[in-house]
Order: sequence, then C-alpha cells, then structure tokens
Amino acid sequence: MRLLEGFISRTDVSDTAQHALQWIGETLGIAKSICLVRPMGDPALFAAGQYGFTNPAASSFTVSLEEWGNPLVNALNNRKEVFFPGAHSAADRKRRPATPFDDDAAFHVVPLGVSGVGDEAFGLLLLDGRASVTSELHWFISVFVQKLDQILRQQALTEGDRKQGRERSLLYSIINAVSDPILLTDTEGRLLIANQRALTLFTASEEESEGRRGAVRMNNMLLSSALSSKAIEETGARRRELLLVNPADGSDLVFELLSTVTEDPRQGSGVVSILRNVTDLRRASEEIEENYRKMRVAEAQARAESDRLNLIIDSVADPIVVTDASGATSLMNEPAERLFTIPSGASEIEQRWVQTNDAHFSSFIAGMLVSADQRRNGEIGLVDAKAGEPMPVEAIAGKILSEHGELNAVVTILHDRREAIEKAELYEQLQHAADELERKIQAATADIAQQNELLRRQAIELEQASALKSQFLANMSHEFRTPLNAMLGYTSMLLQGVAGPLEAPVKRQLARVESNGRHLLTIINEILDISRIEAGRMPLQASKFKIYDLMSEVRAELDPIILRSKLTVTMQLERDLPQLVTDRQKVKQILVNLLSNAVKFTHHGGVTLSARRNARDRTIALAVTDTGIGISAADQDRIFEDFRQLDNTPTRAYGGTGLGLSICRRLAQMLDGRISVQSQVGKGSTFTLTLPIKGRK
Amino acid sequence: MTNKDQRPRVLIVDDYPDAREMYSEYLQYSGFDVVEAQNGQEALQRAVDEQPDIILMDLSLPVMDGWEATRRLKADKRTASIPVVALTGHALAGISDGAKKAGCDAFVTKPCLPEDLVKEIRKVLDDLASASTKKTRRSAKYGKNTIN
Repeated sequence: MRLLEGFISRTDVSDTAQHALQWIGETLGIAKSICLVRPMGDPALFAAGQYGFTNPAASSFTVSLEEWGNPLVNALNNRKEVFFPGAHSAADRKRRPATPFDDDAAFHVVPLGVSGVGDEAFGLLLLDGRASVTSELHWFISVFVQKLDQILRQQALTEGDRKQGRERSLLYSIINAVSDPILLTDTEGRLLIANQRALTLFTASEEESEGRRGAVRMNNMLLSSALSSKAIEETGARRRELLLVNPADGSDLVFELLSTVTEDPRQGSGVVSILRNVTDLRRASEEIEENYRKMRVAEAQARAESDRLNLIIDSVADPIVVTDASGATSLMNEPAERLFTIPSGASEIEQRWVQTNDAHFSSFIAGMLVSADQRRNGEIGLVDAKAGEPMPVEAIAGKILSEHGELNAVVTILHDRREAIEKAELYEQLQHAADELERKIQAATADIAQQNELLRRQAIELEQASALKSQFLANMSHEFRTPLNAMLGYTSMLLQGVAGPLEAPVKRQLARVESNGRHLLTIINEILDISRIEAGRMPLQASKFKIYDLMSEVRAELDPIILRSKLTVTMQLERDLPQLVTDRQKVKQILVNLLSNAVKFTHHGGVTLSARRNARDRTIALAVTDTGIGISAADQDRIFEDFRQLDNTPTRAYGGTGLGLSICRRLAQMLDGRISVQSQVGKGSTFTLTLPIKGRK
Repeated sequence: MTNKDQRPRVLIVDDYPDAREMYSEYLQYSGFDVVEAQNGQEALQRAVDEQPDIILMDLSLPVMDGWEATRRLKADKRTASIPVVALTGHALAGISDGAKKAGCDAFVTKPCLPEDLVKEIRKVLDDLASASTKKTRRSAKYGKNTIN
C-alpha cells in the first residue's frame, strides 16, 4: 500500500521510478534494479532511476535504439522478458548487453508497456538475477507500468502544447511581417485569422470614426461576396480583382485577390486569401489603355475617310474600275473584282472567262485612252465569271484630268444589261399576252353578241310559246266548261225534282255536288281570265253608265251570299256623281270580286259600297269597306300576287283560287286605274278602285 | 206565226248531246214543246218544217256554224221573224258582237243552268208579245244572264 500511496502524489518519471525501485528493493528484496524509459519522440532509452548501484554511471546509463543488435533493444521492440545469466567467459560476455550490472551477475529484463493496446513498450526494467519472479513482482510491474504510462502521456501532452504555442506565435509574426493583407476565412466567409494589414481593412473598434467603420463594413461585404461563391464552388488558387475602400482616407483601393481553399480534416475547410494591392498598377494600365484608345480613334478617323470612298464604290452594284493613264487598273470595287480577278481555286475555264473579260475591257480602255473624247459609252460583251453566262454590259467611261489637263485616271462604270434585256423580253411577252387577251375578249364579245341574238330569238319564241300557252288554256277552259255545264245542269234539275221527289240525304249530297261544281267553274273562269289577259285577248268595250246602276247590279248579283252571311250591305254615293265611261263589264267584275271577298272575310258588322269623286285628277274612287278580319301591313302587297291567299295551308278556312285580286289588279290597270288597300288586322279593310272618269276607248 | 198548240215550241240547236238533251228535258218539264237539231244545216230545215216560236242556237257547230245558220234564218222570209237566242261557251266580248251582227235577238253564255235558260226564253217571248201588242217592231233587248 505504501507503494500506491507513493504513486498518487508523484508526477515526475524519475521520482516515480526511484520510489518504485526502492519499494521493490525493500519489500521484495531485489537488491539491484534499473528503470529505463524512452521519452516520447526520442530514439534512446534513458535511466529514470536505479537502486542498489554504487557506481554513479548507472544513473546516466543510456541505450540507443538504433543499435539493432543490442538484446535490450530487441527486448523492447519484441516486448519480451529475457533472462541473462552471469558471464563466465569472453564468449558469454559477448552475448550479454552492456549494463551497469557486473559481468558475473545475472539479471532479468522486463519490458514496460500497457498490454493489449498495440503500443510500443516505453521502457525496460532491469532486475537483479538472484531474485525470483513472483506473483507479487508481476502485480508490482502492472501497477508501475500503468502509473508510468499515465505520467508519460501527461508529459507528452504538455510538451506538445508548448511547442504549438511557439510555432503559432512564430507564424503570426511571419504573416504580420507581410505587407499584403492575408486572411483565413471559413466556408461561410467568417474571419478566422487576419494579419495586421488585413485588420486595418476589415476591423474597426467602437471608438473609431463612423466613416472608418462604414468603410470597414463595406469592405467586409465586398470581400465576403467575392469569396462566398468561390469557396464553395472552386478549389485551388484563383486570381481576381477586388475593389475596396481605404478606411484611412476613403480612397479606392484595387486588390488582386488570390484565394486558396485549404482542406483540414480536423478544423474543416477554410479559405486563405491574399490581397495584393494593385491600385497603382491599375492606374497605370488605365492610362495606357486610354492612350491606346485615343490612338485608335485617331487612326479610325483617318481610315474612315478612305473607307467612305471605298464603301461608296463597293456599295454600287455596278462594277466600277479606275484605270491610270497607262491603262493599268488602280482601283476596282467588289462587283468589278468578280469580273476581272481570278478567284483562288478557280478552274481553268473560270480563269479563261476572267482573261477574256480582261482582254475586252483593256481594248475598250485602250480605245478610250487614244481618243480625244472626255466621255465614252459603249457595249462590251463580257462573261459572268461565276456562272459563265454571256454578260453584255454597257460601259460608261469618263476621264479625270489634272488641273494641267493631263490625264490622271479613267473611271469606268459597267452596267449589266442582262436585266434590261430580260425586261425587254418580258415586256414583249406581256405585249404578246395582252394581244392574245384582246383577241380573246373580241372573240368573247362576238360570242356574247351571238348569245344575245340567240337569247333575243329565244325570248321571242318564249313569248310565242307563252301566247300559245294562254291560247291553249283559254281553249281548255272552254272544253272544261262544256261538260261542267251538263253536270251543273243535271244536278240543278235533280234538285228541282224534275226526275221526281228526292229523299233528304240525296238532296243534301246533290247540293254538295252542285256547290263543288260551282267552285270548279269559278276556278276555271279565273284561269281563263288570267290567260286571256296574258295573251292580250281581253278586249275593252267602253260604254257610258251610271255608278248607282252598276253598284245596285253588283249587290243584286251577290244577294244570295249576302243573305246567307246576315251582314248589312249599304251603299254611300256622293251626290251628282258623273257617269263613267269605261268597260262596264270589267268594272263590274272587279266590284263583284271585292264585294264577295268582303262578305267572305267579315263575320260581324257590315260592308259598305261607296263612291266619291276626286275633281283634281278627274277620277272616281269606288270603295268596298268591311269590318272583317283585316290584313297586316306586311301582307298588303302580297295579296295582289297570283294564287296568293294569306293562309296557304291545305286546311285553310277560306276557299278560292287566290287569283281574284290578281285579276282585279290587272283589269284595273287595263282600265288605266288602280286598286289600293287600307287595312288593320281585326278592324277591317277598305279596297279602293280608282278609275279615270273618262277611260280610253 | 204562232203554234196552234198551247205549248210554245223551242228548237234547240247543239251538237253536244248531253247539253241538248238536258235542256230539252228541262224545257219539256217546264211546259215547252221541244224540237232538236245537231248542226246549222239541220237547224235551217227544222225551223222551216216545225215553225218554232223560238230558236236556241249554239254558235260553234259542225257542218254549218251558228252565225251562218242565224244569218240564213234571218234572210229567209219563212223564218225571219223567229227570235234566235245565241248560246255559247265562248264568253269573249267579241263573240256577242258577232252574234248580234248575225241577227241574234239575245245572247246566253254557257254554262247556263236550265232554269236560267228557261227564264231567258220566257223573257224574250214576253218582250216579243208586248211588242206585237203595241204594234211596234222593236228589236228585243239584250239580256245577259250567267251563273257567275
């Protein structure tokens, strides 16, 4: 226990070793012992303590680890206990390592090291060979090893710290000595280390002026933005320009930023940035650039003048050639080059075309040079050097004379005539087409005239056909009426009882036959009338008659249906009406038609026949006014059309052919009169026949 | 020229049998004595032979038409005084003129109901009777009567 108590307070290796060796000497009776320890990083074993040796050399005994043959080194490396017996001969001595033990004294070598950890042994314990190795000794060794290991580790740590501190301060002094700002930032751009120069740019204490702090904030922003994308995306050194503000005076500073990403497995990656002040360099380069720019402007201005001329010449689509007084070409524009210069890689035939052009042009110029003319126009048969087609050109040449009247140059403009020739050809074709068109139009016109003639003849034929049709209809109507006459006659006779009395049902049925026969007769008569009017076979017979007589006659004729309708029919005639001179029969037919319509379409009230004179235009208005169903404004024109009844449905309420009003209108026109209608649906209608008092004969 | 028979005698001239027989039947029913002819030629003969009180003459007839027959009747002393009523389906205005020129005393347009025809005949006969009573020879008035 004394051993352990002694260990607790000890922190020094030799102190601990001395105490331990003393303990085994006194307690276990091991008379002599040495503890060898290898300090961390040293290539040798040093004596940390000894017991029982009188020789002072024992305390300073060392073994170099580089002695590969030394059995002690082997024991250390192999972590193996070895017993060396006492040496009795020279050969024995050779096998034994040199130790503070006497030559004839045996000794044990026990390696010191924490077992099972794979670490190397850190020392050896040399024990008197006369002592026996007991379990107590083993216990001691294990305790001792642990204590020693603990102390050694502690020592190693404190030693390392000291060393690092020294290195760091050295590093700081190095980077502070550099005049360029140096920074270490983490990947987020936070400042980790900065040298003195960098601190003046990127840090400012609270006491410093607002302007300086602002400049520092600005610089930090500029730097982090310059680094942020960089540190994350790229590795390796990069150069780029960084513009900062000098916190001391607010002036611009231009830096070249070199940043390098450092990968440190323990501390994480960071960015080392070195800023090199290139403000002056930049200023100088800007000056150079400005001078260069000025020079270029001057140069460009000088060139622009000459370019403008070339541009004008080149922009002309026509080839232009300038020749000097000797006939040599001094300038030509791009279109001219295509004609007179051989392009690189031209085929033999293409070369020949250009040569031909050259020859033709030369002879033209030669003629110009020898002539006294100031200007000359001519035609040259060139070849399109690209397509090989003949290219007739019109050449216009003018001489340029010096102020002394000497020939300086000849300017020749060549104008491609192909387009003009093509246009002329096109024009000719157009002319041809126009002639063709005109011929066709004439032919068409003649054709149309012929067609018109044909149509005229057809119209005549149609008219004749129409007249024939009307004639046919008139004849047919007559033929219809003959049998109808017999039918109606016999029916009438039967109804009168000529053949004997009839049963009531038979009488009723015969009455139906009769009324239908009368209806058929009406239809036939109306068709006959229309046909006759259309065929112009409705002659007029004028006579002089009294309106009152005519109206009475009309009313008397319709008496049977008026009686059936139970309507009152009244006559209203102006006094002193003149007699009418016109076709009485036609007027009667019209009035009968109008009155029968009025009775047919009136269910309540009455019908009025009236006549009044219009002295102004010498006409008489004969009107039939009813209180019937009326006609809407939209229908008032249509009722005068052929076969028109307003209700065209098969089950219509009112019988009739629909020809009645149409016939009336035609008859009125024949009599130089007209028929008009005024009506309101549900209120009634007024049909007015207006006739001249004296109609034509 | 009156018949000894109390019944007035009518000569009907029409080539269309149905019409002729219909009128004939109705005239007999109405108290007339009826004689028939199918064309103008036959009508002339019958008029002379039978001496009718009145002649009913269809104008469009075969062999000899009504106009011609009427002209001849009026030209013959034996038949000149017999009134002639023209009967036709041609309702054209010109036709009645032609009939009048030919010497017809009245003009009736077919179709004409038998009773209407009888009315017309009676009217012509009455006119003739009153005229002879007054001893004044006047041409009979034209009467027109159509169904429509």
